[in-house]
Order: sequence, then C-alpha cells, then structure tokens
Amino acid sequence: MILFLIILGMAVVTYLPRMLPVLIIDRFTPPTWLNRWLKSIPYAALGALIFPGILTVDQLPWVGVMGGLVAVILAFLRLHIILVIFGSIGTAILTKMWLS
Amino acid sequence: MEAQKKNFISGMIKAFPLVIGYLPIAISFGVISLNAGIPLLQTVLMSLLVYAGASQFMAINMFTVGAGALEIVMATFVLNLRHFIMSLSLMNLWDHLPKRWKSIFAFGITDETFAIASLKTEEDAAASSKAYLIGLLVTAYGSWVSGTLIGGLLAGVIPPTISESMSIGLYGMFIGLLVPAVQRLWKTGIVAVVSMGLCTLFNQFFASGWSIILATVIGATLGAAILKEEEAR
Repeated sequence: MILFLIILGMAVVTYLPRMLPVLIIDRFTPPTWLNRWLKSIPYAALGALIFPGILTVDQLPWVGVMGGLVAVILAFLRLHIILVIFGSIGTAILTKMWLS
Repeated sequence: MEAQKKNFISGMIKAFPLVIGYLPIAISFGVISLNAGIPLLQTVLMSLLVYAGASQFMAINMFTVGAGALEIVMATFVLNLRHFIMSLSLMNLWDHLPKRWKSIFAFGITDETFAIASLKTEEDAAASSKAYLIGLLVTAYGSWVSGTLIGGLLAGVIPPTISESMSIGLYGMFIGLLVPAVQRLWKTGIVAVVSMGLCTLFNQFFASGWSIILATVIGATLGAAILKEEEAR
C-alpha cells in the first residue's frame, strides 16, 4: 500500500514542474540565478546519490569501491552507459567472489 | 491527413536513438526493482506514472535503505525540478498548440526528449507539429515502459549470485551520467564532490533520504554560484 502512495506522490511531483510552464503566463523568463540553480541540481544530486551510498551495496565496502572505480574508468573512456553499468556489476561480482 | 502521417512517422524515427538508449536502462530498472523486493505491478506502474529514469532508480535505492515515503517523494521533486526549465523552453516553441495538448506533451518531457524536441524544431516547422511530437514522445515513453516490463520478467530467471550484485548497477548508471558531464565541464565535478562530502556529513545526523535532499539543495546553490549561465548545461 505504501508503495502505491509513494508512486502516486512521485507521479504528482514529477508532473508538476513539467506541467507548470503550460499554465504560467507566456514569455516568463526565469531570473538567471534560478536558471543556474535548477541546472546545477542534477550534478549535486548525482554526487549525493553516489557517495556515501555506494559503500553500502554490500556488507564489504570494497565491493562498492571497486565497482565504482571501474565505472568511473569506463565512463571516462566514453563507453556507452550500458557498458558502464554492466562493467560495475561484473566488477562487483568478481570482487565479492575474491574477498569471500 | 497524409502530412500528419508523415510527421508522425518522422517523429518515431527521430526517437530511434533514444529507444536504443532507453531500453537497456529500462530493463536494468525492471531487474533491479524486482530484486529490491518491489512487485512487478508496482515496478511497471512506476514507469507508467512517473516516467523519470534517474528518480525511479533513486526511489528504489532509497526504498532499500529504508527511507520514508515523504523523503522519497521530496527527493524526487528536487531531482525533477530541472524539467521546469526544459518545459518552459519547449512550451515557448509549442505556443501554437492548444493548452490541452501541451499539458499532455508536458508528461513526455525528459532530458532526452527535450534534447531532441528542442534541437529539431529549429530545422523545420513540421518538427513542432502535433503528429511529429506524438510520434516522438509516445515511442520514447513506450520503450521505457516496455523495457521495464521486460526487465521485471527477466528478474526471475537471472541467477541470484548475479542479481545480488546488480544493485551496484544503479551506481554504475549514476557514475555513467556524471563522468561525461565532468569531462565536458570540470566545475560540475566540484559541485558533485562537495555534494558527496555534504551527504556524508549529513548522514551522521539525519536519515539518508533527507541527507541526499539537503546535500543536493546546498550543492546546487554552490553550482549556481560558480557555473556561468552559458556553462550550465
């Protein structure tokens, strides 16, 4: 039940910012500081999402650290995001097997 | 009528690279969500109703670490606030369309559809026609939802040794999104690293969901201070 509420809540707060510009007066130009703040959110959010959460993917923090490092390297080499995802999963599996 | 059909198909074709990008991520989302203990119905429902990749992954992540419903919804709100700016610019392009269609198209705005819809419109007028936009947005949406379903169905057949390690895939995705942005603009790396530090600090005092929200809001404020207007995307 709580899951349905979460999904409904997420749906509402995701649709609102997409929908609001339809309603507000035409040619509203947001102040530049607001523009910059809104555009900075994804980078700040990604940082906060990655660390320290990545340390908790396994009881052994090294599993997250190694998977994360490999992901950084693969992404740095400009590989497609799906290869980055699978690379980190593969590394996590190997690290876990090696440490246990 | 003929022109409409042509525009619709041309929208679908423009969505093709986006489908290639969406499908594997949507499939991963389905697998990870079911492994996190979320039933197939709710997993697909989330893709149907929320339709925002990063925040869906984030929600699963927060749910597994035991975050409360309010935290998850608030974090989703903050993360998706950026669509406001994208929508604002698209609605300017689409001001010839009736409000009711714009309200429907608003639902289809993602980072990727925004990029396609806003770039193509300058080339030819047909690209901001209703039929073109339906073709583009419905194809993108359809691939996201069907990918989720495929992933959810696959989750049961993937051996547990592998699926147990799949939760790192979330972080792989976050890293895969962040690193290219930092390569394009190193200052975004500062914003992200400061945010990491703040989140680690806040984690000592607050639940992890609130730490993420607080670190995001403060980190973005730093970003607003150091990123110049033309740099911010």
